[in-house]
Amino acid sequence: MNQVLHKFTRKVPHWQPRLTPVDLANASQEQLDALQVTPSNTKVSDYVLTLAHDVESLSVRSPLFNAIMYDPGGMSRAERELGALGASIVNRCVYCAAVHADRHAKLKNDTTVSDELFANGEKAELGSRDRAIFDFARKSAEAPHAAGAQEMAALRKAGLSNEEILDLILSAALFGWANRLMHVLGDPVRNGEKHE
Amino acid sequence: MNIFESTVLTKAEVTRDSELAKTVIARGIIFDMTQTAEDAVLRPRNPGAFGQGLRAALAARVAHLAGDDTLAAHYLEDAGDYAALTDPDETGATPWLEVIIKFVDKNANHTRDVVAEDVAALQNEGISDADIVRLCELVAFLAYQARVIAGLRLMQETTT
Repeated sequence: MNQVLHKFTRKVPHWQPRLTPVDLANASQEQLDALQVTPSNTKVSDYVLTLAHDVESLSVRSPLFNAIMYDPGGMSRAERELGALGASIVNRCVYCAAVHADRHAKLKNDTTVSDELFANGEKAELGSRDRAIFDFARKSAEAPHAAGAQEMAALRKAGLSNEEILDLILSAALFGWANRLMHVLGDPVRNGEKHE
Repeated sequence: MNIFESTVLTKAEVTRDSELAKTVIARGIIFDMTQTAEDAVLRPRNPGAFGQGLRAALAARVAHLAGDDTLAAHYLEDAGDYAALTDPDETGATPWLEVIIKFVDKNANHTRDVVAEDVAALQNEGISDADIVRLCELVAFLAYQARVIAGLRLMQETTT
């Protein structure tokens, strides 16, 4: 039996839609085209098949997502993942948090930051640069104007350039978008395990 | 497109002459795609159950509740008969609209508290799965857009 997860974990769960995903066999040509531009090119996930109901949004969101999270220059990949994780923790998107905590840990070859964040939330013990990045992402996720001069000053004091700060704004904001799809349209589940 | 004419950069008042111009040009493709995304959620070719006026009104409401009246005014221009929905006290004139407003407000502002029953409430009102995804995409995009604008304004205010 599938159990819905409510606690943060780095072990990426299964995502179970609350709606009926698009049936690939009956997908329109536009939907098929959009499904090809998603990051997964081996198997189309239930999540992407659910989003294919609004194919116009999916078609633009997938390349936008990739550009914000993967385009070279600016902020490091790991720090963009930290921005994504900060937003996902605020919005309690357990699935998104798992994926991006896992990516952060793999990119850094270190689980300390995500271990700390999952154990202690905003009171986590972080280095000054990670602290500034996480605090900005967290505040921005709480409300667009909650991140203010204090958070921006901390980013600059930690040595972030304008290019890096823009990438943080974009990655944290992007997860304001992603969390409102993934956390709302489905549940993170583990097959045959007890509640975590 | 000219990114300096996009909604995000005009509302954040980032111009070609501003300190941040070089920084945003380096990420030009992202601002270009962000504008395309606005078109996809506000003015889609296939709007489903939500016409352009209602979409614009919901966007204005989300922007207003996010504290961005400049962005709200941008969307209000296209809200037509639905303009009253921008008022946070307005809860919808019909059961159909009421359940939509309730869902939009919760997804936009209390995302972490959304549960399966909130989605079921839309289904129980006869809203199709495809329209539920369309509604979520609209709200979710607005969350992104408002945060990018707020972040850019903050950068502008604090760039020395």
